[in-house]
Amino acid sequence: MKLTVWTYEGPPHVGAMRVATGMKGLHYVLHAPQGDTYADLLFTMIERRDHRPPVSYTTFQARDLGSDTATLFKTACQDAYDRFKPQAIIVGASCTAELIQDDPGGLAATMGLPVPVIPLELPSYQRKENFGADETFFQIVRHLAQPQERTAQITANLLGATGLGFRHRDDIEEVTALLHDLGIGVNVIAPLNATPADIARLPAAHFNVLMYPETGEAAARWLERSHGQPFTKIVPIGVGATRDFIEEVRGLTGVTAKADESRLRLPWYSSSVDSTYLTGKRVFIFGDATHVKAAARIARDEMGFEVAGLGCYNREFARDIRALAKEYGVEPLISDDYLEVERAIEIAQPEMILGTQMERHIGKRLGIPCAVISAPVHVQDFPARYSPQMGWEGANVLFDTLVHPLVMGLEEHLLHMFREDFEFHDDAGPSHHGGKAAPRAPVAEAEVGVTAQEAPDQVRGEAGIHVVWLPAAEKELKKIPFFVRGKARKNTETFASERGVAEISVETLYEAKAHYAR
Amino acid sequence: MTELPRIPASGGCRDTPILKERGQREVFCGLTGIIWLHRKMQDAFFLVVGSRTCAHLLQSAAGVMIFAEPRFGTAILEESDLAGLADAHDELDREVARLLSRRPDIRQLFLVGSCPSEVIKIDLARAAERLSKVHSPHVRVLNYSGSGIETTFTQGEDACLASMVPELATTDARELVLVGALPDVVEDQALGLLEAMGIGQVRCLPARRADAEPAIGPNTVFALTQPFLGDTHAALERRGARHIPAPFPFGDEGTTAWLRAVADEFGVSDEVFESVTAAPRARARKAIAAQAAELNGKSVFFFPDSQLEVPLARFLTRECGMDAIEIGSPFIHKGLVGPDLDLIAPGPVISEGQDVDRQLDRARAAAPDLTVCGLGLANPLEAEGLATKWAIELVFTPVHFYEQAGDLAGLFSRPLRRKAKLKLEAAE
Ligand code: SF4
Repeated sequence: MKLTVWTYEGPPHVGAMRVATGMKGLHYVLHAPQGDTYADLLFTMIERRDHRPPVSYTTFQARDLGSDTATLFKTACQDAYDRFKPQAIIVGASCTAELIQDDPGGLAATMGLPVPVIPLELPSYQRKENFGADETFFQIVRHLAQPQERTAQITANLLGATGLGFRHRDDIEEVTALLHDLGIGVNVIAPLNATPADIARLPAAHFNVLMYPETGEAAARWLERSHGQPFTKIVPIGVGATRDFIEEVRGLTGVTAKADESRLRLPWYSSSVDSTYLTGKRVFIFGDATHVKAAARIARDEMGFEVAGLGCYNREFARDIRALAKEYGVEPLISDDYLEVERAIEIAQPEMILGTQMERHIGKRLGIPCAVISAPVHVQDFPARYSPQMGWEGANVLFDTLVHPLVMGLEEHLLHMFREDFEFHDDAGPSHHGGKAAPRAPVAEAEVGVTAQEAPDQVRGEAGIHVVWLPAAEKELKKIPFFVRGKARKNTETFASERGVAEISVETLYEAKAHYAR
Repeated sequence: MTELPRIPASGGCRDTPILKERGQREVFCGLTGIIWLHRKMQDAFFLVVGSRTCAHLLQSAAGVMIFAEPRFGTAILEESDLAGLADAHDELDREVARLLSRRPDIRQLFLVGSCPSEVIKIDLARAAERLSKVHSPHVRVLNYSGSGIETTFTQGEDACLASMVPELATTDARELVLVGALPDVVEDQALGLLEAMGIGQVRCLPARRADAEPAIGPNTVFALTQPFLGDTHAALERRGARHIPAPFPFGDEGTTAWLRAVADEFGVSDEVFESVTAAPRARARKAIAAQAAELNGKSVFFFPDSQLEVPLARFLTRECGMDAIEIGSPFIHKGLVGPDLDLIAPGPVISEGQDVDRQLDRARAAAPDLTVCGLGLANPLEAEGLATKWAIELVFTPVHFYEQAGDLAGLFSRPLRRKAKLKLEAAE
């Protein structure tokens, strides 16, 4: 039993719904109580889909339990077939139905439906949404893919995009364009927008692009094993990763065409003088493993940030993230406990978070700007405009995404110069965010610097030594603009505890500043 | 004397045969009530004993994650809890102890049952009793079920309030209790009107804080402010309290009839009643009229959702001039919504339960001007060209009593106004 307030992932059957809803001509018969129908709103409201998810819930009730929930399931299955005439059906149980052990797969198999029926075994009390999507897609591929000749032209399948995916809609466009530049066609994109008939054609491609390991890796591995299709290991998010991806594709296919980089703007934007202020900004990165890996490389190598911490919520990728953290010289955080993530961020005191919608809320509370780079999704993660993460345009989008939350170059200097201006101050936030700059209320001298969230006079444990901020130092710290204050505080505390200094004075603060000045 | 709503000449809908459906439903489960109950009861914590699905439902229904630690959470059952129930109880005790030590502000803890906890038969009543002993007197531990195999959507509030009733203190005082979780601003308006009529000592269930809960006894009379409180109604009657039946306080007519029923119980004179209600009534009528112009003559189709459907259909048909085609409700408790059914002119199909695909067929065939439905259906129906109003907003928005009557009508007129306003075609 684990007390949970907010979750990064839904249950595994929601992952199966992401596959089913992304696809066309497939129907999901889900043995589940009525309340589980809430999941429809994820697709109709958050993703703004104009169709109901293709899911029939059996919606059994307590009074059905003693009698015959199995018949209820079969009726729902038959009704779903008769009404929707899908090309294939997937059947499974939600957490409650798993407990009553009706065996939807076995029941459906006895019904003699004239289309393939694919049973799903998704252990609700052990696994989560991404596993559910990955496993469901794998089962569909395993049941439906047919051995066949490769296409005459070199083609690839794009694997892993689902309904409710973080920018999947636009990533597909971008990767398709990238391959097109190389003279490579797209055979099937799946699961998003694919029909069961399309799934059957998967083995015609020469190789697979694994766009999202979280939701496509099991299928990609199976296709490699069973149909001899190699798959790409590099996810093309960021400039360097996209270039590496192109090299990887060249290696797999032998194509020699060059990619057209004329649309790519990130390298110049990042080199232009206006971006100097981005140098060494300390960022904390958290999300799904794939997006975290990509964001770390972009942050360090393409934006010139410093990675102050990183982690992911999907344990399946814990090993990758631990290796990554080692490479970046930080402690990995593998957790799906929102409060633990909040604590880690509070301790790391980054100047910006690259995270999920959850971290956006953490950032709001801690007064740290946050750019959203990963699922779980929110209605804001489905912008009307074209907004991929992958490929050249994805890199451009990410440059904007990572710069937007920050105070901009010259504005930063003005804040340094006039830090106590009545409308241009800490609480006003970056001026381009539209929030009204509230005039600062006069604060009694004694209260300055002691807001609830940042009380630097607290005793902190670092390297086993308790460090106390003396009032004068605390006041001085408050004079440092808010967007570098976290860094200054963190550096000073590290500096002090490394030297066994128990009390931080103004002197210590400036010694630390000199020490860390680069 | 103030005119009360009159039963239509053609008779009401109380005896209209109900179309009972038992197919696939598209409704939330009772856990959803936690979203508003935890805001209302400021020293209560709602601990769902359930699965990841339950946690995900709460998160998705809440829509936003405003609070670092809201006053609700889910104890997610894991494989090991399913194996041994004794261990599950130990685990629960441990999680509760940890929670309460971190949240000393909590005075009431609700253990909320879910489908999984019921199917594996975790006895939460026993757990609540045990934990109450451990944590009393500071914290009272109660339990109810919000599971989807037992409850739909607003029935969660009913189950919650019903669980509180046996624990309420006993009194012989002649007191009025208003039953149903209302937004504070609305509750204050209701209390203000009653006080102006000289009806003092009015209590509310639920109260904002545990120490303000009402006491109950044979001289208690109670009025429901929500139509979905059937079990709470029964529990209060078991304690000897007496219900004041009335239409529900939506719109001018509903509010007036509801207030009049309470006023009659307390012998308030016509003059006093008139003087207290005249001004807000006039305001309500004016506010409704502004919105009703857009609703007049339009048709409306209700999918089952919150059990507010019957009283709202009464309001829309009588005060806004709409025609109801179908009034679907998860559950029709005639003892509670009978007075509202009496006031609805015959014509609409009245349906209970759901078979969502068949109901969608009926809605498409009827092509209503406005469809009231849940979040899962709204956008798909909009894409088919039907204007919709999501029902959950009716539960999350202050809509009761005179001052909100215009807002209530506005919730229905806005989708129609928007549909008329958008010009997305080429100008030609
Ligand atoms: S329907 Fe049951 S399992 Fe689903 S969220 Fe509600 S209580 Fe939990």
